[in-house]
Order: sequence, then structure tokens, then C-alpha cells
Amino acid sequence: MSTGPVPKPIAGTSSFIDDRIGAGNFLKRNLRKIFPDHWSFLLGEIALYSFIILLLTGTFLTFWYKPGMNHVVYDGSYEPLKGILMSEAYASSLNISFDVRGGLLMRQMHHWAALLFIAGMMVHMLRVFFTGAYRKPRELNWIIGVLLLTLALAEGLTGYSLPDDLLSGAGLRITQGVAISLPLVGTYVSFFLFGGEYPGEDVMARFYSLHILLIPGILLALISAHMILMWVQKHTQMPGKGRTNKNVVGAPFYPAFMAKAGAYFLFTFAVIAGLATFAQINPIWAFGPYTPADISAGSQPDFYMGFLEGSLRIMPAWEINVLGYTLPLSVIIPALVPMGIIMTGLALYPFLEQWVTGDRREHHIADRPRNNPHRTAIGMSAITFYGVLWLLGANDELSAFFHISLYTTTWFGRIAVFLGPALAYAITYRMCLGLQRNDAAILGHGVESGVIKRLPHGEFIEVHVPPADDIAAHMRGKEAIPTIAAAPDGEGIPPKGLRGPIGRLRAKMSETYGGEKIPIEEHHEEHPAISPADDDKSLTR
Amino acid sequence: MNRITAGRRHPLARYAVLLFALTLLGGVYTLTAPGNQSADAAIASGKVDDVAEGKKLFEKTCSSCHGPQAQGTENGPTLVGVGAAAVDFQVSSGRMPAANPGAQAPRKPLAPWVTPKRIDQLAAYVQSLGGGPTVPSKEQVDPALGNEAKGGELFRANCISCHNWVGAGGALTEGKYAPNLNEASPTQIYAAMVTGPQAMPVFNDSIITPEQKRDMIAYIVGVREQKDPGGFGLGRIGPVTEGLVAWIVGIGGMALAAIWITAKRRQAK
Amino acid sequence: MTDNTNGTEQPDERVPKRVIGTPPPGTPMLGEEESTEVLKVPGVSLQDPRTAKKGERLAALCFTVTFLAGIGFIASYVAFQVGDLDSTGVSNLALGGTLTLALLGLAVGIVVWVRMVMPKYNLVQERHAMASDEEVRSEVGETFMQGAQESGITKRPLLRRTLLLATAPLGLAPLVLLKDLGPLPETKLRHTVWDPKQHGGKELRLVVEGSGQPIRAADFNSPGGLLSVVPEGYEHDLNALSKATLILINLRPEEIKSGTNKNWTHNGIVAYSKICTHVGCPAALYEQSTHHILCPCHQSTFDATDGARVIFGPAARPLPQLPIGVDGQGYLVAKGDFPVPVGPSFWERGDAEAEVREKGGQV
Repeated sequence: MSTGPVPKPIAGTSSFIDDRIGAGNFLKRNLRKIFPDHWSFLLGEIALYSFIILLLTGTFLTFWYKPGMNHVVYDGSYEPLKGILMSEAYASSLNISFDVRGGLLMRQMHHWAALLFIAGMMVHMLRVFFTGAYRKPRELNWIIGVLLLTLALAEGLTGYSLPDDLLSGAGLRITQGVAISLPLVGTYVSFFLFGGEYPGEDVMARFYSLHILLIPGILLALISAHMILMWVQKHTQMPGKGRTNKNVVGAPFYPAFMAKAGAYFLFTFAVIAGLATFAQINPIWAFGPYTPADISAGSQPDFYMGFLEGSLRIMPAWEINVLGYTLPLSVIIPALVPMGIIMTGLALYPFLEQWVTGDRREHHIADRPRNNPHRTAIGMSAITFYGVLWLLGANDELSAFFHISLYTTTWFGRIAVFLGPALAYAITYRMCLGLQRNDAAILGHGVESGVIKRLPHGEFIEVHVPPADDIAAHMRGKEAIPTIAAAPDGEGIPPKGLRGPIGRLRAKMSETYGGEKIPIEEHHEEHPAISPADDDKSLTR
Repeated sequence: MNRITAGRRHPLARYAVLLFALTLLGGVYTLTAPGNQSADAAIASGKVDDVAEGKKLFEKTCSSCHGPQAQGTENGPTLVGVGAAAVDFQVSSGRMPAANPGAQAPRKPLAPWVTPKRIDQLAAYVQSLGGGPTVPSKEQVDPALGNEAKGGELFRANCISCHNWVGAGGALTEGKYAPNLNEASPTQIYAAMVTGPQAMPVFNDSIITPEQKRDMIAYIVGVREQKDPGGFGLGRIGPVTEGLVAWIVGIGGMALAAIWITAKRRQAK
Repeated sequence: MTDNTNGTEQPDERVPKRVIGTPPPGTPMLGEEESTEVLKVPGVSLQDPRTAKKGERLAALCFTVTFLAGIGFIASYVAFQVGDLDSTGVSNLALGGTLTLALLGLAVGIVVWVRMVMPKYNLVQERHAMASDEEVRSEVGETFMQGAQESGITKRPLLRRTLLLATAPLGLAPLVLLKDLGPLPETKLRHTVWDPKQHGGKELRLVVEGSGQPIRAADFNSPGGLLSVVPEGYEHDLNALSKATLILINLRPEEIKSGTNKNWTHNGIVAYSKICTHVGCPAALYEQSTHHILCPCHQSTFDATDGARVIFGPAARPLPQLPIGVDGQGYLVAKGDFPVPVGPSFWERGDAEAEVREKGGQV
């Protein structure tokens, strides 16, 4: 063999393993598995690696943290709280921060990693959405992703509560306020969760076991499934030269992709460690111990819960009292509806799109966002909806910082939450079409070369040259969005599935979603599409 | 101690301290000179001259809003009974004379005519109109004599709902806001509690005793001068800035790393 | 599989240069720049030897930085103790800084390695449809049905039904087990510790939160005054505080409007529940100039002069007012419980305000 023999220790170990589990076949198939290269394909790894860092730092924290709610007199290193009565949980969190070497670093890394975990999931999800990478055969993995995001929010919420400081207690109080407002079961849910009246003495221990055992266990299982499915189905790729729906073009897992992924893990680790070193997060000592009697201005949830906070803030005071029962709409609607719209919408989108387009093919080439204007516009309006709510979750800080009246920000939010998404939809849709036309123009006319040429009859023109091969191939990867043929047959009867009111709606939606058809290449007669080759070369190379 | 106190009364002392404070701006929080303590001394010693001088000053600078007899007009409340502490707080922090009517008069740099002596004179005049809380003594507001932990409990119970855990301030209704406490001197903090300036409620001495107020001052001063052990404090306003940093630095940085890792160098063919 | 797997099998002279895979760092493989034989594998383009050499040096530099920073980390752990804000800050900076540098060095080193030493790949791998062939599907289907028949589950309904029956209660068992998570709500949400009946008719004193001092009505005499107040004896009972905490406000008697029950005030002193009726945050921002009570969580605003009526925000009900008076020594006490449940709304709450009004009371 040209590559030389495998070194002895490796050969020994691998044949030991192969003899027992037959790993050779698996490795033969997979060592050189091809991974397509695109920066946005790495975004999901932020979440994956943050999760690993969360497990590591979290385990460190559990060595000292005590989920107790008994009151103890603080006798640690932090002077301004000495002699204060506080829960064991808070005291042990302070202890980790000030009396364990590296404890503060680990606590801050854990918190930053949590923020990056969820932010990473969000950007990854947006990438998958906008490139249509959730389409068949990847719908299952998309749903696993939605579940992961939901669980991550729950994991974040339980973790946020554990230090039992005045800020986290405010979050807990709001959680309880929402739980108790649920119709029919609210008081029971609240009493069961807190072991009696709020705040009780059990909730820390319960949240602790949810936070370190149950939810991370499910997360780990789902993440593994997510990875296995990705591996089996192979990654999507961007359109480009030599890339088809039937192949994968890129670098092999071993050694290139493995090294890249390893480096990216280390980058994630470094960014989180760097943030934990230079940017203080959640200074629990400044907040003081929790008591349901106190609250601070600027009490906010972590960013991923900001949209719920915002929706609670902009809600008008609606409450219904019927037959001696109360339905607190001003709590239930903002707490459940936006979350419901976003999560259900996400989970159903692949299937709704399939229903509308009638497209049941497998897709392995990612869409460029501009090439599916309606999808991109829907995505942007969802982002705007979420963004407005998120922004309003910080309206007190905005109001204080920019000296805007508080109520003005609330009213802005009440209007913008409806108007913003509509506006975003219209703007995005137009932008997508514009970009498609731009692509068509480039393919049709080439790119401006910056070279001005004088024609024999005196006219000056700028020479256009054809775009680079790979860019052109990338642009030509555009695929028309399928529609269901709504044309009635000879006897005027529409095809099956498009009959009845729902069928007609479906046909209409399909036609709209198919969108305006802009040809891949655009030709006008006035300019030569591609300038004469000989002239070109002399001028541009 | 006495020598320093005497030096403080020197007309130039305030400028010296201001200059000192300005040089230290932009990094270290400095305890600016505590508001002057001479007003109560002047009143105690019953200097009628101060009252007369104060009246003149008042008529020149305050009466257009507060009325010639400080009885109040539609532009400004009556000052009868607000006490010397209120004058000291409002004028020494630059809030009064107000620049323009708005939701709330902000802290601003002092006008050149505002000297400790003139503040004392104005305070003496207003005190002579109907009594009210007086300016606290230096010992009453000395953070070093307070108990931080006890003060923290009272601070959390009564103050942070508007001023935030570390005194960073927050929003109120209709454009009003609770200011941050970074620049407030101990005397001003005390005076604010006893007089309830603008929207702030009053915490009088019989309910929150002067000793307890000193504890609270000790906590406020201690916390605002505290180092942030975990890195930059990010404005100490809680999760909002943390979220921003997570997205901009965290996700932004990771996206850059991803672009670098996957970037193709265009190959010459 | 991939095209390049052939590459490894191509017979070739023994050359020191590896094509596939990269030698572990430290192996003196990359020194031989002069070896010009290039294995021509489609899709794998080797780096220019000079770039590779430069890459090796750069990566090695990065790994050295990591080594040094790693040692620095261990040294910082030993050198810097914690115990107060300053030393914790120094320790955090030293530990975090060295850790970040170590990780960053490793990350950058590996990227340099990939980009400058490893070949550039443009390999192609075929995809196959995820779905199995029709034949396989039908075979699996047959096997499934055959197995089902063999097992007897299809033709023995008794077996099937009793099996389903057997699992039903077992499925409920975990839910049943959760019952002892908490007691039932009963009427606990309707009472607070202020109720004198809970203490044999003894009226609890109002004490200052944070100091625990009782409040003499005559002392709380400044209009515009505000206090956060808790029941005496329950200063640290969080369950009690989550319902019983009050804000005590001193108003000028002429400012009090009809929404406030004047019989429950004392010389302009009025006590409202501090627990917001929206989701239960302490509504504690009080503007004495406008008499607005503002909840910092979701900005519900209440008018303190008018029975804490809601004037803005998501809260649907006013903050309940507590009847207060003075005891023999002039200290403020609670004369009774709140007329309605405090805090966030819940299903069984009903329109408690209307019920009280029907009975002729005021809220």
C-alpha cells in the first residue's frame, strides 16, 4: 500500500473492536462520507457544541449546588449579604461564585452556553427554513428540531430559576402566575408543581431534577436521533457546479470534515470561555435573595423568553367571569398563543407546503431564499412577529434608555405586532423577486466588467463579461416551485383533491405560492448577452 | 477630619472637587464631593443674612415658576414646607432651576452661579418659609458608618422596584424615570428619601430611621463602587444586554468562524 | 463509494508523501517538499508544498500557544485564590483568559492545518433514494403479517382485548403516583395571614419590610410616603409574604376618591396588596406625584387614590385593599382580611368583587 501500514497500536485496537462488533464495514462506508461545505451548514453545530459545554460545566456546578429552600444565614465571602437570611440554593450559588476557584467562570460559561445553545438552534432553524432543507425526506428531523427547541426553552426556564435570587424568583413568580391562570386545572397545576402554595419548599428540588436529569436526558436522546438522521439522509447542498439532487459534493468526513468540526467545537468553547471571562452574566450577588415581596426594575427573562414577556406586556386587560369561573385572557392569550403559533407553525410547515405545492419528491439541493419568495416572506414575517414581541419584552429598558414614554412603547407594540409582519411580508416578497431578476440579468447579460469600450459609430458601452462558472452554476440551480395543476379536465371538472371549498382554496394557494415566474435567464436585444470572446479576454484578463 | 471639613467650606473647594471628579471620569466611579453640609449649620446658627441673601436669589432665579412668595404657580409647586433638604437636593444636583418643562427635570451640570454658599442661602430662605426636612450632617450620611447588609434589605424592599438592584435606574409611566444613582452623593440620596423629589415617594425619618438610611447609603455606595468580578458589567441592567451580547458577539463570532473555516480560496485555473 | 477510495489502492512507488489522511503532527512527513510525485486523484488537489510548510509552522505555533496557555491555566488555579470580589475577579480573568487562549489556539491551529496542509477536496458521492424498493417493502409486509398470524393475535380477540385491558390501569399508575406532589388548593388562595380569625381574633401589626419595626400611624405622616409592609411574625415566611405583602401609601385625605374604601384607611393611610393581579409580581413602583402604582414586570398601572383601579396594562382587576386601623398603642394593624383573593386570577376565583358588592360590602 502506498500509504504505509497502519501503526501497530491503532491496528491492534481496531482489530480488537472489529473482531467483536464488525466496525470495519461501518467505517469502510463512512470514513470518507462526503460533507458539503457552506458556512451556514455549521450553524447547527453551535447548538450541538454548546450542549456539550452545558453538560460539562453543569456537572461541575452540581458538585456544589444545593437545591434547598430552607433558610440559612449567609456566612460566605460576599460582604454585602453577610448575615442575611436566604435559601440554601442561593447561598450555595454564591458559594460557587466566590468560594470555589473557577466556580464563577464555570457558572458564567454555563449561562453563556445556554444563551448560545438556544441562539444557535434558532439560527440553524432559520437556515434550514429559508433554504427549504426541511423538505422531504427531512421532515422528521425538522420535527425533532422543533421538539428540541421547545425542550431547550423548558430547560432554560428551569435553570434560570435555580439560583433562587431575586431576578430568577421574578421569573418563577410569572411562571406560577401563568400556570395558575390556566382554565380548569390552573390551581391544581400550581399546587402540584410547588407542593402547595407558592413558593413552598419543593420547587427548587423539583426543577433541579427536571433541569439536570429529565430534560437533558430527553435532549440528549433527541440530539442523537437528529444526528443519526442527518448522517443517514446525508446533508443537503447548495446548488452549484456538478451538484445534483443525486449526489453530494464536498470534503470527506475523515480527515477534513472531522478536523473542521473539531475546530468549530473548539471555537464554540473559546467564544463561550471568552464571554465568561470578559462579560459578566447574571451577577446573582447583586440581586439579593428571593422574596415574593420584592422586585427590581428591569426584571427580565433571558432573551429566549423575551417574546413571552413582551406578549404579556402588550396584552390589554381582558378577563372573563362566567358562572363563578374566571378566564384570565390577559394571561392565557399572551402566554400560550404566540408560542403556539410559532411552534405549531414550525412543526406543520413542511406538511402544509407539501399540501399546497403537491410536491412529494425528495429534495437534496437547498433553495436559495430568494427563489421561493413566499416561503422567505412567511419566514421574515414570523421573525418580525417574534422580534416585535421580543423587543417589547425589553420596553422598560428601551423607555428608560431612550426616554420614550412607557405607554408609547406598549402602544407601538400593540400595533406593530400586527402591522410589522404584514409589512415584512410585502417587503421581503418584493425583494426576493428583485433579486431573482438581478440573477436573471447577470446570467443573461453578464457582469459589468468596468471596461468602457467605444463602438465604431462612437457609442460608449461598458463591456459585460459572463459570471464565473461556479457563481453561474449556483444561480442556475434555481428550480421552479411546483404547483398543482388546477386546470379542469375536458368536462370542466377540476381534478380530485381540488374540489370543494377546501380544494379550491388549495388550488388558489398553490397558484399563489408558485409565485411569479421569473425566467432563469433574461435576454434583451439591445446589449449583446456576452461580448465577443476575443475582445473580452484581451480586456479583462 | 476637622481640617478637611473646614476646607470643604472654602468657596473654591467645590470647584477643586469637581475638577478632581472630572479627571477621574471615564473609568473609575468616584465618590463626588458630598453635598455641602453648611446649610443646616447656617440655619442652626440662625444667620438672618443667609435668609435675606437667599430671598434675593430666590426672586431672581426661582420665583418665575414657584411664585414670588414660593407659594407655587401652575408651573411649579409651592416650596413652603419642603425644607432645606429639598433645595439642597434639587439645586446641588442641577435639577433646579429647570431648563425646560418636561415630564421630569433631569440631573445636569451646575450653572456657574450655583455655589455651595448660594445653595445654603437659598435653602435657608426656603427653610424659613415653613420648616421641613433639613440637610443631614456629614456623619448621618457617611457610608463608612453604615451596615451594608442591613441597608441592602431595606434597599431591596423599598428602592429597587424603581431604581434597580444596583441603582441603575428604570422607567416610570408617561416619560418619567427613576434616575440611576451613580452620581448621587450620599447627602443627595438622603435628601431624596426625606423629601420625595418629583415622582419619588417620601421615606420620612420616623419610619426609616436616619441610621437605617445611612445603612442604605452604605449599600448603594458599596454596590456602585463594587468591581464586577465576572468581566464587564454590561450596564448592570440584567438579561437584556446579556442577550444582545450573546447574539452579536456569540453568534456573530461563531458565524465569522464558520465563514473562515469553510471559505474557499478562489483557485487560479 | 467515493471516487477517491480507489486512490488509496492505486499502485504507486513508495513515496514518503501521504495522499489520503494526514500524518499526526510531529511526524516528519512534510519536510520532503522536493517529492514531486502527485497522486492524481480526481477531486483531491494537494496543497502547494510551500503553503503546506507555512501552514505547518503556523499551526505548530498555535499549538504551542495552547500548550503555554494550558500551563498558565493550571498555574492560575494555584496562584490565584478566591474569597472576595477583587480576588474572584482576578481569578476569573486569569483562569478564563488562559482557557480562552488555549482553546482559541487549538481551534485556529486546526483550521490552519485543514486549510493550508490538507488537500482541497471536491469529492462526489452518490445519493440513493431513502425509500426501499417495492420488493423489499412487500416482503417486509408479508413477513409482518405472517408473524402476526403465527402469534395468533389476529385471530384470538380474547387475547388481544385482555392485553389492551391489562395495560390500561398500568398506564395510569405513573399519573396516580404524582398525586402527592402537592395538596389540593381548597380555599387556601382566598385567605391571607392578615385574617384575625386565624389568630384567635388578634389583629396583626403591620411592620416595615426589611427592618421588622411596627409602624406608629402618627409616624407615617408625610403625604407622598410609601412603605413596603409585611405582617408581624411572618417577615420571613415566603408563603405568607407571597399573598400578604402590602404597600402602605400616605395620601392627603382630600385626594382619596370613591374607589377606595375610606373606612379601611386611617388618616389618609391606605394599604393595598403589593401582589399584582396580573401574574403576581410585586407591584411596587409608586409615583407620589401622580399616585400611580406600576408593576415593573408587565407595567400594569393602578391608581392609588381610586381603589387601585387599573389605568393601563394587562391586569384586569384592582389591587385589593386591606382594612387597617390602629391598636391601643397607636400602631397600624389589619382589621380584617382582604375582601377578595389577592394575586393572579385563577379558574375557581370567579368575580369575587361582584360577590362582595352583592353582600353590601365594598372592595
